[in-house]
Order: sequence, then C-alpha cells, then structure tokens
Amino acid sequence: MSVQEALPLNGAAASSPGRHRGDHLLVAGLIEPGSKVLDVGCGDGDLLQLLESRGIDGRGIELSREGVNRCVAKGLAVVQGDADTDLVNYPDDAFDYVILSQTLQATRQPKAVLENLLRIGRRAIVTFPNFGFWKMRLQLLIGGHMPRTENLPATWYDTPNIHFCTIKDFVQLCDEIGVKMERSWALDIYGRPLRLKLPWWFWNMFGEQGVFLLSRAGKYR
Amino acid sequence: MASVKSRPSPAKTPSVSADERSHEVDHPSSPLARFGADQPLKLDCGLDLSPFQIAYQTYGKLNADRSNAILVCHALTGDQHVANVHPVTGKPGWWETMVGPGRPLDTNHYFIICSNVIGGCMGSTGPASINSLTGKVWGLDFPIITIPDMVRAQAMLLDRLGIETLFCVVGGSMGGMQALQWTAAYPERVFSALAIACSTRHSAQNIAFHELGRQAVMADPDWHGGRYADLGSHPHRGLAVARMAAHITYLSDAALHRKFGRRMQDRELPTFSFDADFQVESYLRYQGSSFVERFDANSYLYLTRAMDYFDIAADHDGVLAEAFREIKTRFCVVSFTSDWLFPTSESRALVHALNASSARVSFAEIETDRGHDAFLLDVPEFFDISRAFLQSAGKARGLNNGS
Repeated sequence: MSVQEALPLNGAAASSPGRHRGDHLLVAGLIEPGSKVLDVGCGDGDLLQLLESRGIDGRGIELSREGVNRCVAKGLAVVQGDADTDLVNYPDDAFDYVILSQTLQATRQPKAVLENLLRIGRRAIVTFPNFGFWKMRLQLLIGGHMPRTENLPATWYDTPNIHFCTIKDFVQLCDEIGVKMERSWALDIYGRPLRLKLPWWFWNMFGEQGVFLLSRAGKYR
Repeated sequence: MASVKSRPSPAKTPSVSADERSHEVDHPSSPLARFGADQPLKLDCGLDLSPFQIAYQTYGKLNADRSNAILVCHALTGDQHVANVHPVTGKPGWWETMVGPGRPLDTNHYFIICSNVIGGCMGSTGPASINSLTGKVWGLDFPIITIPDMVRAQAMLLDRLGIETLFCVVGGSMGGMQALQWTAAYPERVFSALAIACSTRHSAQNIAFHELGRQAVMADPDWHGGRYADLGSHPHRGLAVARMAAHITYLSDAALHRKFGRRMQDRELPTFSFDADFQVESYLRYQGSSFVERFDANSYLYLTRAMDYFDIAADHDGVLAEAFREIKTRFCVVSFTSDWLFPTSESRALVHALNASSARVSFAEIETDRGHDAFLLDVPEFFDISRAFLQSAGKARGLNNGS
C-alpha cells in the first residue's frame, strides 16, 4: 500500500520543517541509530531514506511496483508485498522496529497485521488517520454522508481504506491483544503533535492522526 | 528465445552444417581460458575434469580498481554471445536489449563478462568436445555436471582474468540459478546479484518437462546411445521435439493466443492432414528446427540434468536461509506474472529466505503476459528496475555509473 494511495498527507508535508513530513520526523526521532527497521507500506521510500540518512538499517515492503521501483532507484532494499499476506513469512524478532505508517486502515485484517508487527519487531510504530477527528464526526452528523477530508479525499466506493478506526478504537484493540503502549501522540492536521497534556477524549476529538509506539506485553511477554 | 517469426515449414534438416557447429565446440571464435592438468575442475560428482577450457566474451572496459565487472550467466540454451552477432546463426546477441551502451547493463560503465557454461557446446568443455585422452568426442563419457560446477569454473575464469570481486552477477532462468549459486558459494566475491525468473531449486514439474525433452532426444534412432558424433549423425528430430515442448513452457497461454490464436498458416481452410495448418504449429516447428542448427543434443541432456539437480537448500540441511547467513551481497529478485516455469511463488520463497537471513534484498514482480521468456524480451518495467538496482548498487560501491 503506497502512502499516496492510502492517504495523501498534503497538509502535513506543506507545514513540516525541511523536506520531510512531520509524522516522518516524529517517527524517525523515536528510533536509535544502528537499529534495524522494517517499514510496511513504505510507498516511495521517503521515510526509509530519512532513516538511512540517520544510520538506521532500513528495509521495506510495498504493494505497488511503481513504489518498489522508485525505492530501488533510491538504493533502498524494498520487496513487493502485501502487509496482509507477507508479514507471516518474516521470522520472529527480525527487526528492532516495525513501522506501519498510514497503512493500518487499508489492511484486510488489521488485528492480525498488528500482531505480526510485534512478532517480527521488538517494537512497532503505528500511525493512522483518526476517524474520531471532529471534522469527520461533523460530516457524518450534520452532512449525513461518509466523511471526506483534504487528507482522505476518496469516496466510500473507491477508497483503499477499508478499516477506519478512531484513536479510542485503536487503544481498545491494543488492550485486547495485550500490546503495551509505550508512548502515543495525536497529531494536528499539519502533522504536529498536540502538545497539551489532555485526556483521551480530547485527543480522539482533535487529533487528526494517532501515532503509537508499541511493545510486547501480556501474552507476548 | 521467442522470436515471433513463423515459417511455413515442417521440421527440416539443419541448414547450418554440422561442421560449422562442431568447429565452434573445440575452436570457438571467442577468447579461451585453458586449464591444464595442474588446474582440474573439481566436480560435484567426485571426478576431476582436466584439461578443460572456458570460452567467453567481454564488453566494455575493466576499470583501474577492477571493481566494475559484471558476470552475465546464460540460460539453458544460451551462450556467451550476449551482445554480438552469433558466429553460427548470424543472429544478434541474445540479450542486446539489456547489454550495451546506454542499456541497463551499460557497457560504457561496466565490464561485462559472459562465459559459455561447462557442459555447453559453444567453446567451453562439454559432451560435444574432444576428450584429449581418447581423441574422440566425449559423448556420454562426459561426467555429469551441476550448477555449482558451472559456477566453480566461472570462478576459475575470473581468477585467470584477475577479477577478485564481481560488482554484480546477473542471470535469468538457469542463469539466475548460477547467480544465486555464486552468492551462496562465494558471497565475499559478489557485491550484488540480480536474479531473474529463477528459483533456488528446480520444481518437480520442471524436472518432468526436462525428462520429456531428454526422452525425445534419446528416442531418436540417430542419437545412437549418445555416440552420434562418431557416426556422423545428429538426433535433430528428437532434439527439435525437445525444444518444441520446452518452448511452450517459456511462453504463456495468453501470449500464444495473442500471437497466433487459431489462425491458419498460409491457407484459408484446414488441409485435413497433419500438415502445420495452424500458425502456432508452424512457429513451433521453426523453433525446433532452428534450435538444432546451433545446439548439441548431448549438451542439452547434460545441462537440463544440471538444472534438475539444483537445490541450494539441500546443501544447507534443507534450510534455505542458512545458505545466505550473514551475507553482505545486495540482491534484486525479479519475477514475471505469467511465468509458470519459474512462478513468482519461487521468487517469493527466495526473498523470504533472504529476509530471514537479514540480507539486503529488493523484489519486484513485473506484470506481463509474455511468460518465462519475458526476461529476454523488450519489457520496459523490467529494464527500469534492473537499471535502478545497478545504479544504486554502483553508488554504494563508489562507481561512477551515471547514477
């Protein structure tokens, strides 16, 4: 799943410092140099390139051949594959971090994908668009139609995003499968973290994206 | 190699003389590396092959650091004439779309080497060569060779040429098998590997097709138990049938339908005979008869056998990932959607093993209806990814290769 396909983050790109997207900079900041990282749904490889520039050993999976081709041209090690079907083939503990950036909502089995992320990687970083964002709610409540935003412009019948969730939904899923949330952020429409220490319901209402750093807990321990 | 030409001809006797072909076997027009009694080729079957010779072609220039060499490994019925006119058939090189100035394997930047495999019939020692002990053609006295044997011989050639490390080893089909064998046997000598439409082991179905081809050759009375050279004959009918059967496996249902459909060959109505009424029949007969002009029947037996025996995992306790443990080589694996001889699932199995060994691997499946032969044809998406891979690998190796 290319990021472009799943979720064009134009707003985030426009406001981020330098040429990197805000959410990419946030994710890159979480990873220590020398780590081994798998980016699932790596698109054109922008995040992987940022990671490699910081001394991180990055690998990618990408659904579209065009995306794979552009990644290979950048010297990145990317294989054509599908998060739903191909993650099972990676061995346990193969990576320090597995990243799923703006792709979870486009998978057929988000729960199985999430479980695989934390089997393959010691930690996972998941970012996704928050369907509980106030603009979404308003469109459904007032407009009476499926929400469409600048960052999620597709109509209900042609969107690749088939499993939308809210930040609250995602937290519940993590609890259910025994995943530990080490850190989390809600980003505004420009991809900047909401800095205020606020309760969950506020994030769920005003966060345009959720970003979670996860590790194994419960049954994974 | 699927040329689209279709000619109205039954399987004919060869138009290229047997002399012309057999001359290339022992006295090729290519440069030769000869290895004497002091440098035998140690074969997997336990025998030493000595003396032996390797015929090869090179294109481009080796740089001062000797760091820009690319070894191209040819497929089952290919040879070292990658990008020059073939000395027997007079046709262009088999990979001129891929190798040349400005091509993905750019001869302005890389030094390209391709050698005829051991067991072949275009100048490297094989069953059609003269056995120096007897003064007669080897025939079936030639020892059984394997893909690792071919690669061992190539390594000896590179030693002779003074090339310690390859920038890249490239190959499709049987050539891809050799490329993978290179990375498994000499990981430190291979900076990058481009493995196309291949597999780490030959499947049961593929072994079955090869057996069909071999039986066709052996069923030809002109085969004479493999001693046809001594008797001045060649089992061209059996070999042509083998080639026809194999050729079907290199294409796809969709490609055959698109090229030929049910169209008739130079006629409106069926002849109610076993003449080649259909274009597809005529095409296959042409493929068969043109193949026997340039290929030795025993060589076909030996090389198909080598592919059958190929199984990298078997040499590593059945665990493929063990073959690539700690490997530093950069891999690019390419498959084609309509290839049913080496389907994408085979490439994926390789990629999974490389992932499990933490190897640096890229993989792409190219959408095409042209079947296994797609790697020899003009498929722009395939050229794009090959070029991109080589340029980025060249950058990592510090080559000035236009990246």
